[in-house]
Amino acid sequence: MKITLAPQEILQTLDMIRQENLDIRTITLGISLLDCRGDDIATVERKVYDKVTHKAANLVQTGERLAARYGIPIVNKRVSVTPVALIGSGFNPDGMVRLAKALDRAAAAVGVNFLGGFSALVQKGFSQGDEALIEAIPEALAETLYVCSSVNVGSTKAGINMDAVLKMGEAVLESARRTAAQDGLAAAKLVVFCNAPEDNPFMAGAFHGVGEPECVINVGVSGPGVVASVVKENPAADFGELASLIKRMAFKITRVGELIGRAASDELGAPFGIVDLSLAPTPSIGDSVAEILENMGLERCGAHGTTAALALLNDAVKKGGAMASSHVGGLSGAFIPVSEDAGMVKAVEAGALTLSKLEAMTCVCSVGLDMIAVPGDVTAETIAAIIADEAAIGMINKKTTAVRVIPAIGKKAGDRVEFGGLLGGAPVIAVNPFASDRFVRRGGRIPAPITSLSN
Amino acid sequence: MDGQTGKSQRAIISVFGRDRIGIIAWVSGRLQEYSINILDINQTILQGFFTMIMIVDLSPASVEVAELARTLEQEGKERGLQVNVQHEDIFNFMHRI
Repeated sequence: MKITLAPQEILQTLDMIRQENLDIRTITLGISLLDCRGDDIATVERKVYDKVTHKAANLVQTGERLAARYGIPIVNKRVSVTPVALIGSGFNPDGMVRLAKALDRAAAAVGVNFLGGFSALVQKGFSQGDEALIEAIPEALAETLYVCSSVNVGSTKAGINMDAVLKMGEAVLESARRTAAQDGLAAAKLVVFCNAPEDNPFMAGAFHGVGEPECVINVGVSGPGVVASVVKENPAADFGELASLIKRMAFKITRVGELIGRAASDELGAPFGIVDLSLAPTPSIGDSVAEILENMGLERCGAHGTTAALALLNDAVKKGGAMASSHVGGLSGAFIPVSEDAGMVKAVEAGALTLSKLEAMTCVCSVGLDMIAVPGDVTAETIAAIIADEAAIGMINKKTTAVRVIPAIGKKAGDRVEFGGLLGGAPVIAVNPFASDRFVRRGGRIPAPITSLSN
Repeated sequence: MDGQTGKSQRAIISVFGRDRIGIIAWVSGRLQEYSINILDINQTILQGFFTMIMIVDLSPASVEVAELARTLEQEGKERGLQVNVQHEDIFNFMHRI
């Protein structure tokens, strides 16, 4: 076979990895737990533990081997499971907490750093299992290290379950209160979704949907630093050129995800699901989505024009990425988690970025209000109203939105919280001081929009 | 190259650092010990900075890419050199359709 690589191409790849923080953010192994159900909680605990530790036994080791073979960091190896509300249906909240703990032990045994799927899908209403799971969330998250939880409260097809929205406002607040000494860490492991994808590899919102196979490999790439560099190097490019440059980079980034996904699938004997095209930032300098937007010409992320810049970025990333992978899925959009992005943190500290602007930005990118610390005296009703606003954006625009806010107990706007590691730290952002209590307490469902009638 | 992973046994070795006598001799000597065949070498010196890219065939070799990478990166560091050994697929996937 002929060698066709040019030295410049090799050097470019090396630069992307060494200088610009290109990495594989996560290999996530989805595992179905549908065959672990049973009448006796001890039996279900054992089955769940055995299945996860058996299926994911080689996950971490394989990730490390692939990282060495291809010379690219694979930052996280993770597991997602069937929504636990389905597996634990029939048990009470105490039973649900026991299942969370069994999953936590399994995650520790196989060495993954997060396990997602302590989840319920309640967009149209609650089954018994859903109610038990939601009630168990604060305790389950406070008493486990690795388990992540998500609840889907709305969809374009079903509308928004406002009873669930209110319950989740309470669950978020209670999770933060139980871990107040760690700045509300449990709330950082809890996501409230509208239109949740069933094949998302990213935490805390990953779960293994019921339409998924027995096992599946999903891959999340990173690479804001690579895109930030190419934008910076081309200050004179007009928007058409800029979009083209980003597309080209997104293509290259996604190809690496495709390669690692296929290789991991081969080695683990699990089918390859999808590559998630999201540009996932980290708290390290030079790995920031905010920096890309600022390199486009904004003095600070959050200035007027930020929504337009993010729209261009997100669309170009998708167009480039879609061509690079055989199967694209998950969330696939630019992430804007405040505490996990050094540029976002700076923008909040400078007073450039507010909760309202972040909400506007979520209309054109993927994930929603993510990793935002809010004052500790926030009410459950206000959190519910924030969730309702995001869910409405998702429902009407037929896209995924989510809320992951962390009430900083005992702190007020301007104070700082620290979660450490990939979760980072952030200043507390003010919420609107006016009450939404009567609105969120009406109960019932917001009907699905007319656009849902697509058949 | 068209998406099949793991078929090829070729790797790209890149070496960067301050230029000095014997860098290529060291790398090629180690490769010979592992029975690794060199297919192509591209080397330049830019302002005293040594850059070498080598394409090698590991099919007759006694080590895997990952192990070779660990060894050369470690020994390179002791010599003040940054050495990367990567399976060629990462470059093919990124730059070739």
